[in-house]
Amino acid sequence: MPPVISTNQLTKRFGQFVAANELTFQVEKGEIFGFLGANGAGKTTAMRMLCGLSIPSSGKATVAGFDVYTQTEKIKQNIGYMSQKFSLYDDLTVAENIRFYAGIYGMSKQAIKAKTTELLQELQLEKEAKTLVKALPLGWKQKLAFSVAIVHNPDIVFLDEPTGGVDPVTRRQFWDLIYAASDKGVTVFVTTHYMDEAEYCNRVSIMVDGVIAALDSPANLKQQFNAANMEDVFYELARNAKRKAD
Amino acid sequence: MINLTNIKKSYNKGQIPAVSNINLSVDRGELFGLIGPDGAGKTTLFRILTTLLLPDEGSATVDGLDVVKDYARIRSRVGYMPGRFSLYQDLTIEENLNFFATVFGTTIKENYHLIEEIYQQIEPFKDRRAGKLSGGMKQKLALCCALIHKPTVLFLDEPTTGVDVVSRKEFWDMLQRLKQEGITILVSTPYMDEANRCDRIALIQKGSILSIDTPKGIVDAFPQNLYAVRSTKTHQLLRDVREYPDTDSCFAFGESLHVTFKGDPQPLIPYLNKKGQTDATMEKIAPGIEDCFIHLLNN
Repeated sequence: MPPVISTNQLTKRFGQFVAANELTFQVEKGEIFGFLGANGAGKTTAMRMLCGLSIPSSGKATVAGFDVYTQTEKIKQNIGYMSQKFSLYDDLTVAENIRFYAGIYGMSKQAIKAKTTELLQELQLEKEAKTLVKALPLGWKQKLAFSVAIVHNPDIVFLDEPTGGVDPVTRRQFWDLIYAASDKGVTVFVTTHYMDEAEYCNRVSIMVDGVIAALDSPANLKQQFNAANMEDVFYELARNAKRKAD
Repeated sequence: MINLTNIKKSYNKGQIPAVSNINLSVDRGELFGLIGPDGAGKTTLFRILTTLLLPDEGSATVDGLDVVKDYARIRSRVGYMPGRFSLYQDLTIEENLNFFATVFGTTIKENYHLIEEIYQQIEPFKDRRAGKLSGGMKQKLALCCALIHKPTVLFLDEPTTGVDVVSRKEFWDMLQRLKQEGITILVSTPYMDEANRCDRIALIQKGSILSIDTPKGIVDAFPQNLYAVRSTKTHQLLRDVREYPDTDSCFAFGESLHVTFKGDPQPLIPYLNKKGQTDATMEKIAPGIEDCFIHLLNN
């Protein structure tokens, strides 16, 4: 099976500034891939290229089998995306939000109906189907935002700091959803500032000053850096970063 | 130095409760942390203490002054860094700092020693407009502006949210030094690991305080024995341990699971071995703040 993400010397320059410098890595199907880095290291730039939102300056990459230069629309149809400022509509109900996103991805009325029932059941939100999203607790919104991001069964979902701000129990329940998606074969590409969450990933990359400074399983990284946990690995790599602007 | 008595506040004519029955006092020179997730009511407390919001019930004082009667005097002597960046986007770094110094009747020079260490990091960009700064630089500028009049109390609402591990460490080191200047600091954070950097903390959730104590006091009050369980198949392990009949609670904590038991923990390993977790290990560990928070949430 070909990798879901494959990049080769992927680079983005803004004038003289090299935001992402010759990134080369692969992400396999169903993998939970942690994409870590200090603020300003180039994570957002790299993610924007992989989501088809920013054309690279040089290098190669495919996402879900599509080229990041020439097939950006195809990429957008075949990925899911969720950020911390999740894009649910507060003034629509839970069911309406699901219908809206499923509709955007071109699903048929029948498919949307079936999917809505399925999601409401999975999320245990059946009683809240007609509740406005703005009335939901943050943790529920977050789970709904995740489900909506993968409503069209994409090959890969990009999660940009999905667990910011929620309580420790909700944060862990969210990871149960991530595991469930991964078990179904969805590739998960996730950024986080919680270093315990880095441990939940199959593999982790750490960006420093625009380059990937390390990439391996958490266990191997800890061994390589002789560190007790991922926080120490991260600190060891990022503390000498020159770009601290952000 | 800070005192909250039976504070209650709700929004939308009482429809949305924000905080209720909050009692809390912070001593002079203390570094006090409000630890809790979004929606816990942290920002509401900050806004009441900085005289920007009236409580529905209860009373509060800052530096001996009442937040309702003496609001003007409080405003002149506290520093407040809101969670959302609130400086002037189209003024430069230097103009913003000058503005705040002037408003408080002082000069950058007079209290430069307080901000020097932070300001030096953004000084090379002092002619750049605040709106064009990166998140980390905005945060440093906001802290400088909150400090420039040498406040007696500093209010910091989630200063490290979204900030990476390295910058967070630096920020807390800096708070320790400000504390040595005698400034009382009330700081909020959703990151449980930062609790250990505070003298005392209040764990807060859904508008109520779950516990107030020193970080050590909170950890010492954890009522059960806590075990770390590990195997190479962590995801499967989570399901297996949750199915074990004597498991009380089980949560993922990085590479291990933290587990408490209703009964005897010892048969767990043979139980897991039978389930194919042949490399499973278990050891008794000391709980952390996050363990305590989860415990308090579930009880």
